[in-house]
Amino acid sequence: MKKTLTILKHEFKQTLKRKSFIIMTLAVPLLLVLGYGIYQGVQHWYQPGEPEEIKIGYVDEAGGFDQYTSQLGITFIPYPSEEEAKDALLAKEVEEYFVIPTDYLSSGFITRYTLERERKVPAETWQGIEGFLLSNLLAGEVSSPEILDRAKTPMLMTSFQLDESGEIAPSQDEFTRYFLPIIFALLFVFALFFSSGFLLQSVTEEKENRVIEIILSSVSSRQLLAGKVLGLGAAGLLQIAVWLTAIRVFAEVASLNIPALSDFSISSSLLIWAVVYFILGYLLFAALYAGIGSLGSTAREGQSWSGIIVMPAILPMVLMSFIINNPESGLSTALTLFPLTAPITAMMRLPSDAVSAWEIAASLLILAGSVVLTMWAAAKVFRVFLLMYGKRPALREIVRYVREA
Amino acid sequence: MNVIEASHITKSFKGARAVDDISFSVGQGEIFGMVGPNGAGKTTTIRMLMDIIKPDSGKISILGEAVKEETKNRIGYLPEERGLYRKITVTESLTYLAALKNFKGGPARDRATKLLERVDMLQHKDKKIEELSRGMGQIIQFIATILHDPDLIVLDEPFAGLDPVNTELLKQLILELKGQGKSIILSTHMMNQVEELCDRFLMINKGQAVLYGSLAEIKSRFRNNSIFLECNRLPEELPGVIGSKNHGKYVELFLDGKTSPSEILAALVNGGISVDRFEVSTPSLNEIFIQVVKEGQ
Repeated sequence: MKKTLTILKHEFKQTLKRKSFIIMTLAVPLLLVLGYGIYQGVQHWYQPGEPEEIKIGYVDEAGGFDQYTSQLGITFIPYPSEEEAKDALLAKEVEEYFVIPTDYLSSGFITRYTLERERKVPAETWQGIEGFLLSNLLAGEVSSPEILDRAKTPMLMTSFQLDESGEIAPSQDEFTRYFLPIIFALLFVFALFFSSGFLLQSVTEEKENRVIEIILSSVSSRQLLAGKVLGLGAAGLLQIAVWLTAIRVFAEVASLNIPALSDFSISSSLLIWAVVYFILGYLLFAALYAGIGSLGSTAREGQSWSGIIVMPAILPMVLMSFIINNPESGLSTALTLFPLTAPITAMMRLPSDAVSAWEIAASLLILAGSVVLTMWAAAKVFRVFLLMYGKRPALREIVRYVREA
Repeated sequence: MNVIEASHITKSFKGARAVDDISFSVGQGEIFGMVGPNGAGKTTTIRMLMDIIKPDSGKISILGEAVKEETKNRIGYLPEERGLYRKITVTESLTYLAALKNFKGGPARDRATKLLERVDMLQHKDKKIEELSRGMGQIIQFIATILHDPDLIVLDEPFAGLDPVNTELLKQLILELKGQGKSIILSTHMMNQVEELCDRFLMINKGQAVLYGSLAEIKSRFRNNSIFLECNRLPEELPGVIGSKNHGKYVELFLDGKTSPSEILAALVNGGISVDRFEVSTPSLNEIFIQVVKEGQ
């Protein structure tokens, strides 16, 4: 037990010193800060100060459009002819001008001219011109200015989802429904594969360096496996903790300036599930990777073998948009129950509240069972193959050793 | 009390017997040789002693008991397939490996410094292993083996790949350990190293023990009763000599088995012959090995 602790500490320290670990751990906070900086920069660049008064010229060929010439910060300046309006535009007296033709009432067509290159008409201009036309059209018909205002903005809508008992279901904005599962799943996958990848590396390195036999003369293969798995798992948890803390702090700070983030929150229950799934998921992959790492003679060989495990594990990533959009489908449930895909799928589905309690319980139970079984087999494979070099063993041979060892 | 007692240990891999019914014991404070050609079963035997693999049958007791974790802390093992962490420093490697033997903290660091000083490598203590030469790395591995001050030291082909200077240094270190009362097992395929260093030895071939006992006793057992003689002239007749063979510079005299070499020497000196070289011929371990293997077939 004492020696397991010594190995744990050693592996933890060595992982923390790895360049790739440091870079990955700091990458998330750095990206957040960078993203925030860019957002702020763009905001600043786009809004240098108070919006200026915009002047728009118009030529009223239809007649009757001479009131309400001030709309939403836009001043409308009438010109008697199109030539004069064009001259005013070229002289930069107005930003743009439009022509209301004689058949406007029957056709609705107006023509707009501007010097700017634009993809579509800016919303402010569109609303301003619309308001100007509407106000003038209704000027003679409607006497109440309130009705006039309402006609310009007929509704401001809020909608609610009711559950079976008629209560208002908690609202789920886009962010919680889509972005949170994606961010969670991605971070989760990174942390999971990085720490189990480090484990694979640490096993194969010791084998390749030929340190392994010296170590095995001091500790049992079981102690070695336990120490390594726990040490690297601790490093992985630390990484996740750094990321989540960074995200939380960032959300606090950024929500002051970015309105979209103001109601951002990660519930504590979600965090607890994340930690539970991470630990179980990590243990499963760690055991598999440790077993695989002990099979090959070199680190390269170990890496190529690990692909076999990674394939099913990234399946939820491939199906991500399907799972997030259909969290209640049969496929999503199946992937939550299958141990190799369970941790990542669960992370995608849990934020949506679509997972029932029995599903979580069953998935955790299956996962925990698989962890125990895999650890047991890995310890045996570990013991037999750590000191074997040369030819890669055939699958049949491995199975036989696991049974006999 | 013997440091190691191994009785009738056997181990098979895929049906082939790597170690076949081997028994031996190693006494306190002796250098015990384990010799045999490559693939004879030396490393497998040692791995069983170290509890890295389990024997199919037979019993092993080390330092008076079956191997358990506390026993491992009192053994230093330098495997044949050896290496060190390439990316961490000499001191880090040494203290980690010692910590795995439950020897840690200040005492471990102090002893590491002392041992590095002894081999004149203290200036390399903060270098990474990959920056050191291969020979230096081997010496560091040896220090890692003895850092925790073990009572039993097992060295599997310790001289492999070492240059003459480092070989000499390592021999000195081994003899120093013997002087401190440590028991040492030296496994090698180089018979001359056993002749030079070991008190007793076990010779293994194809998994079986072919010779076992003290070096002096076995050598005298295999003495072929002849004398190498270099002198100014040979007497016409020497009592007790039944034949001779001329090797050019010297002659080999074959004795009758009843006359002792000193009687021959006395006869020569009394005969007024000036003797330049007089040597009782003992076969080298190499020759003994070849002879034993031939007889066994």
